[in-house]
Amino acid sequence: MSQAIRIFRKEFATYFISPIAYIVISFFLLVTGWFFFTTFFLRNQASLRTFFDLLPITFSFVVPAITMRLFSEEFNLGSYEILLTLPVTFRDVVLGKFVAAVAMVAAMLLPTVAYSITVSFLGQLDWGPVVGGYVGAILLGAAYCGIGLFASSVTRNQIVAFIIGMAICFCLTLLDKMLFFLPRSMLAFLEYLGADYHFSNISKGIIDSRDLLYFLSVAFVSLYGAHLSLQEKH
Amino acid sequence: MIHIEDLTKYYGQLCAVDHISLDIQKGEILGLLGPNGAGKTTTLRMLTGFLHPTLGEISVKNFTIKNDALEIKKLIGYLPESAPLYQDMLVYDYLNYVAGIRDLDDQNKTSRVRSLADQCGLKEVMHQPIGELSKGYKQRVGLAHAMMNDPEILVLDEPTSGLDPNQIVEIRQIMREIGKEKTVILSTHILSEAEATCDRIVIIDHGKIAADGDTESLRQSAGGEYRITLLIQNAPADAVKKQLSQIEGITHILPAPEPGGGDTPLLRINIMCRAGVDLRAAIYQKIKETDWVLLELHQETKSLESIFRDLTKEN
Repeated sequence: MSQAIRIFRKEFATYFISPIAYIVISFFLLVTGWFFFTTFFLRNQASLRTFFDLLPITFSFVVPAITMRLFSEEFNLGSYEILLTLPVTFRDVVLGKFVAAVAMVAAMLLPTVAYSITVSFLGQLDWGPVVGGYVGAILLGAAYCGIGLFASSVTRNQIVAFIIGMAICFCLTLLDKMLFFLPRSMLAFLEYLGADYHFSNISKGIIDSRDLLYFLSVAFVSLYGAHLSLQEKH
Repeated sequence: MIHIEDLTKYYGQLCAVDHISLDIQKGEILGLLGPNGAGKTTTLRMLTGFLHPTLGEISVKNFTIKNDALEIKKLIGYLPESAPLYQDMLVYDYLNYVAGIRDLDDQNKTSRVRSLADQCGLKEVMHQPIGELSKGYKQRVGLAHAMMNDPEILVLDEPTSGLDPNQIVEIRQIMREIGKEKTVILSTHILSEAEATCDRIVIIDHGKIAADGDTESLRQSAGGEYRITLLIQNAPADAVKKQLSQIEGITHILPAPEPGGGDTPLLRINIMCRAGVDLRAAIYQKIKETDWVLLELHQETKSLESIFRDLTKEN
């Protein structure tokens, strides 16, 4: 476990050594800030609804960009060989990198707290949905980080890793908007699979164990997939 | 110390390592030699736990790679070929990170990193990103990485490739220094390097062990013939051939005119002799009977290069 913590620290620091962290954070703030504030004064409501509504789509692009390098870069550089011949297990490696990516997502969300503070000065902000929204955002980020990590573990090419990760996250995000096209008998099941459906519950301020379970199981299944894919390369 | 039995690795249909068995003693410096694609790197990768063997067993001390890979990894310091390190990290940060993963506590960490920086000559580059270093420096960082926890076994894959001659000498010195107490396994395709540093040489070809022993025993086992070269003044080639062919044990005489003699023609003669008998005295006696002037006489033992070529020749 302590090895996983060391790997986490190293990976998290690496984000901020290279320009990736700064580029991704600025891009994320630019996109969310623009879409949130352009309609904010038109709506004339002191809530962060629009910000949270857009998160699943923005995350589908941004999170795979954070995770794409985690394994692909190591495969490509060959440093993976060094990593695996140190006294660490696959579990340490996967867990360390995963937590680093989630921490990076949290670091990216941190500046957006300024939005809620701004809004609270402008009107009566209901903090319940905001807190729920941030909890949900971290969970959603964790699930997408898991998917991104899996995508990164199957290829040595970072761009391919990004595209695979984005495709999967995008499908999960849009699934409950596509239900119209899908067979009726599977509707309930497919709705449950959609990330947006669960996220919108949490961001209303309702923390339901089914939604928590959904995000945690997506993260777990994809991390297990990454674990298997690494073992296969061994 | 290390026991390798029946080690085999297939990449799909391709057999990279083919039933290798080896025993390596503590304190040995073992050189793994072979042409490109012979299976050296694959063998080392299996030994260090990076690859799973298709068949066979590796045990280090009492640990087996199947059950106690983590324990074995703690005993081995490994430098992969061309030192693939994280490009963005500073040398100092990287060494600290490795020290952490190697379970050194905070006090030992600082002193160990400092002493390794000294030993591997890294002091001037400690605060540079690894990606900006020259190849030689990267190799040294890799070496420091491998030696971090003062491992009992040091595995180095082509440690001197890409280094300048001074650095090669330095790294060889380090290896010999470590090899006094520790086990060192290195792979190389430079023969003089193996000859200069290793106690024992294992030649691998097509995934199989082609030869195993110290340089002396390899030379003897390759045996067959040795060569004596003469340089003679004032001698016609035919007469030399006739005179020397009386000696028992000579298999070939190849005279060739040597340039640079001026008025007195020079003749260089290569004589192949059957191994086991020293014919230098007999040759000298034969030449003394004539009025030729003997300028040079020297005997060549078979070089490691030729042994290597004989053993790994494509059929």
